[in-house]
This record gives sequence, structure tokens and C-alpha cells, in this order.
Amino acid sequence: MATEVIGGVEVHVDDEGFMTDPSEWTEELAPALAKEIGIDDLTDAHWKVIRFLRDDFAQEGQTATLRRVSTMANVPTKELYQLFPKKPAKKMSYISGLQKPVGCV
Amino acid sequence: MKKLLVLGAGTAGTMVVNKLRHRLDADDWQITIVDQDPTHYYQPGFLFIPFGMYARHDVVKPKRDFIPPGVDMIQADIEEIEADKNRVKIDGDRWLQYDFLVIATGTHLAPDETPGLEALGDEGPDNIHTFYTLDGAMKLEKYLRTFQGGKLVMNITEMPFKCPVAPLEFIFLADWWLQEKGLRDDTELTFVTPLPGAFTKPVASKALGGMLEEKKIDLVPDFNIEMVDWDAGKIVAYSEDEVDYDLLVSIPLNMGADVVGRAGLGDELNHVPVDKHTFLSGKHENVFALGDAAALPTSKAGSVAHFAVELWTENFLRYIDGLEMLEHFDGHANCYIESGHGKGLLIDFNYDTEPLPGKYPLPGIGPFSLLEETEMNHWGKLMFRWMYWNILLKGKEMPVPALMSMAGKWSVG
Ligand SMILES: Cc1cc2nc3c(=O)[nH]c(=O)nc-3n(C[C@H](O)[C@H](O)[C@H](O)COP(=O)(O)OP(=O)(O)OC[C@H]3O[C@@H](n4cnc5c(N)ncnc54)[C@H](O)[C@@H]3O)c2cc1C
Repeated sequence: MATEVIGGVEVHVDDEGFMTDPSEWTEELAPALAKEIGIDDLTDAHWKVIRFLRDDFAQEGQTATLRRVSTMANVPTKELYQLFPKKPAKKMSYISGLQKPVGCV
Repeated sequence: MKKLLVLGAGTAGTMVVNKLRHRLDADDWQITIVDQDPTHYYQPGFLFIPFGMYARHDVVKPKRDFIPPGVDMIQADIEEIEADKNRVKIDGDRWLQYDFLVIATGTHLAPDETPGLEALGDEGPDNIHTFYTLDGAMKLEKYLRTFQGGKLVMNITEMPFKCPVAPLEFIFLADWWLQEKGLRDDTELTFVTPLPGAFTKPVASKALGGMLEEKKIDLVPDFNIEMVDWDAGKIVAYSEDEVDYDLLVSIPLNMGADVVGRAGLGDELNHVPVDKHTFLSGKHENVFALGDAAALPTSKAGSVAHFAVELWTENFLRYIDGLEMLEHFDGHANCYIESGHGKGLLIDFNYDTEPLPGKYPLPGIGPFSLLEETEMNHWGKLMFRWMYWNILLKGKEMPVPALMSMAGKWSVG
């Protein structure tokens, strides 16, 4: 499986660049991941989402959808689009070192 | 006396009581099923109503006709579930006690969650429709009778929703119907979806996307709707993209029963998280969820409910005898897709295997072609209504295996 060096650390990624091993992720990696996709500054509002995603993943074993973040973490979808422009579901999971949420069948 | 309580007498609940009544001794087991609505709807038939291919009487029958003797059927609103106390409240002050609970309350439309979709009720403009309820399908049929062409937009609000192929079928049928009426040249058809393509699974998505193109139906992917702007006649996405419509046909957000949410048994959409092989709730060892009510990584569809109930029944009979449940259920789904002009496709898939092309062997009737348009598949779909009422709901053996088989499928490399 491919690896990539992000923020000076070598991590495993899939062909779209998403990290494949959640345990390789640390909070220190997030800013570097964010920069890769054009988000230069991680604010408290970003961190609220990232931490929710990580905690929720630890419990549920899968990445939360936008709907789940908006209801469970109280961050309105509109705001998620402001924080992670255009593709919030992909971007928030990318920065959190998780696979993008499965848009269920 | 042990008590099995089934909530919801739709596709899944009805199959459960039919399968179990003759397998559980009537001296030892009381089976009760509760539903608020005396009518059973054949929901797959709603698709054909807007185009005058089916009428109301083709898709409704009394629920009672499908509940076997020896099962208590109660028509009532389910108001509270107290899983810690093994009881359920109905009708204001009546408590039903249970040893085992099956939640089969399905999933329903929640248009109020999207600003502008309230119009699906009686308020607002009359050019916003859905065919996902019988009422809605009938209203749309009436509207189409005076339709003069324009921009027809089919929009999916959010995943997951029941029968994920139905909106594609709708737009294929609309394309055909408009040609028959001589209106196709005056109508732009657009399919607007939150998914990255026509369908979730890559191989099917490509095949179905190709069909959209052939039929000159525009595809707008990755569109997460925020609101409907009535005055401007457009739908607006969170990303600020917009699509204009003259007639909007919508699949509103699908949500599990409110009572599930209130009981703390649901996820963010009130669907019940369960083990994906055994359907046992993670929270209570005597609570199961089957059918659309369950949060599972497979389609919400009648065919899935059927395969699931079949395997679950055997497991339940083991479970009550203290035996371990077998982790069999594989997410098997099997869906006919109407594609217009009297043809259809068939897709067959599970948790691990996406829909593949090939042949679907069906003893005595088939084979049906997979992922390919044929007349045979269209007849399969129409025949399914008869099978639904006469075989499936009554819990009789269907000529289809519950687990997915790779026989006849081609792998796509
Ligand atoms: C337009 C359309 C087309 C479809 N096409 C297909 C298809 O081609 N193939 C396919 O396999 N599937 C198809 N489906 C999906 C299929 O109809 C459903 O997946 C199936 O009916 C699910 O069964 P269920 O028992 O889980 O839910 P349902 O059959 O919806 O039953 C739920 C029951 O619970 C009751 N209930 C809910 N809440 C309460 C409460 N609080 N109190 C009392 N009662 C309550 C309801 O009254 C209802 O009777 C289609 C669906 C639609 C809408």
C-alpha cells in the first residue's frame, strides 16, 4: 500500500490520498493535512468537528456523515460547508485521518 | 407464556409473524403485532402510478388479510418504547409487556427537514411533488395530465433512502412517457443527486450513468440540497449550486419512526443500529430491528427485508433455545430497475460484492440478465407484485436464495 510523507511523518494512504490507518493519525498531523487541501488555518470551529469525528469513529468504527455531525455535534450543515468549502464530507474526514463516510447504498 | 412483540405490520413485520407463527408453539408463545394503519401498501407499485400504469387499487390491501390466525393484531399508535422495562406504550395508557421485541416500523418521509419541501403537504405551489407515498403518487398523476413540458427535475435529498433505484426508474419512465405524449422535445430531464454518480456502486453507477446519457437525461452529482426556492423555481445546494425546475419531483429525507428516536434506540435519523448479520440491537439483548427500520450498510428494500427475515427466523429459533446465532446475513439485495419502453434491468449484490453483469439463474423462470436492459426483466418486475401479495408477505418459500450467489456473474476487472 502507498505511503506519503505528511508533516514530516510517513503514513499509509489510498489512491485518493485518504489515510488508511486511523491509528497513524495524531493531532499534530491535522494542520499539515489541512494545508494539502487548501485550508491554511484550523480554527476552534474546525477542531470541534475534527475531535467529534475522531471520538465518534473510536466508538462507531465508521466516519460520521454530515447529517450525523450536524445533529450529534450541533454544527449546522451550512457551517460545515463554510469550514470545509465545497466538499465538507471529504475534507473533514481527510483532515481527521479517516476514510470518507460511506454514502450508504 | 412467552411474549414476542412486533412493532409495524409492513413488509418486514408481516413476514416475521407469518414465518414464526407455525414455528413457535401456540401454548408457549403469544405473538402480537401493532400497526397504526389498517392498510398494507405495495410501495414498489407507487412508481407506476404517476404514469397511469397502476391505480390505487393495485397497491393496497387490508393488513388483516396477511396476518395469520393465532397472532394478535392491534391497530394503534406506538407511542413509547421502554426497553429497560421490556414494555411498549400504545393508545395513550396501554402497556404491552414483551420478552422479545422486533422493531419493524420502517422509514418514512420527512419533507419538513428541508426548507421549501413543506410544499409536499397541502401548502405552497403545486409544482413540487413526490411519488414516495400513495397520496403523492396520485397527486403527481393528476398534475402530469396537464403537463405541457419544461424543466423536470428529479432530486434525491439525502442518503440513505428506501429503494435507491426508484428515482432512476422514475426518470427513465418519465422519458418514455413524455415520448408517448409527444412532449419529450419540450422537456429537459435532470437527475440531481447527492451521490458522486447515478448510483452508489461503481460498476452499476457507470452502466446506469451511461443509460442516462443515452436517454439525454442530465446528471447533476454531488448536490446536497439546502432548500427549495419557490419564487425563483430552483433548488439550492449548500455549495450554492442551483438547478432550475418547472416541475420538481423530490425524494425527501427518510427517517425512522419518531418513537424509536424518543426511546434512545436510534441513530441521527432514528434508524436502529444493529449487528449487520444478526439484527440484534447493540443495547438490548432482546431487541431486534428488521427491514427499513434498521441502520445497515445495504439498501433499504423489500427484497433485502425478505432475505433478512428468512435468515433471521432461523437464528431467532436458535437464540431462544440458548444457541449462538449464525453470522449468515450478507446484505443480499436484488432489485429490478424499470428502464422504460417495456424493458428493465436486474441488479443483485451484497455487503461485499457490487452489482455485476451476467445472468441471474432462477429455476423454472429465469435466467434474467444482470445489468442489461431486457423485456424479461420488465416482466420480472411486474410479476413481483403478484409474488409480493401471494408468496412473500405470507412467508412462503420464494424461488430465490436468501444469500447472494456468484453463479452466472462476471467479474469486472
Ligand atoms: C416508491 C417506492 C418504490 C419501491 N420499490 C421497491 C422495489 O422495486 N423493490 C424493493 O425490494 N423494494 C422497493 N421499495 C422499498 C420497500 O417498499 C420497503 O423497503 C419495504 O416496504 C420495507 O418494509 P418495512 O417492513 O421495513 O417497512 P414498511 O413496509 O414501510 O412498514 C412499516 C410499518 O410500520 C408502521 N409504523 C411506523 N411507525 C409506527 C408507529 N409509531 N405506530 C404504529 N405503526 C407504525 C407503518 O404504519 C408501516 O405499516 C420501494 C419503496 C418505495 C417508496
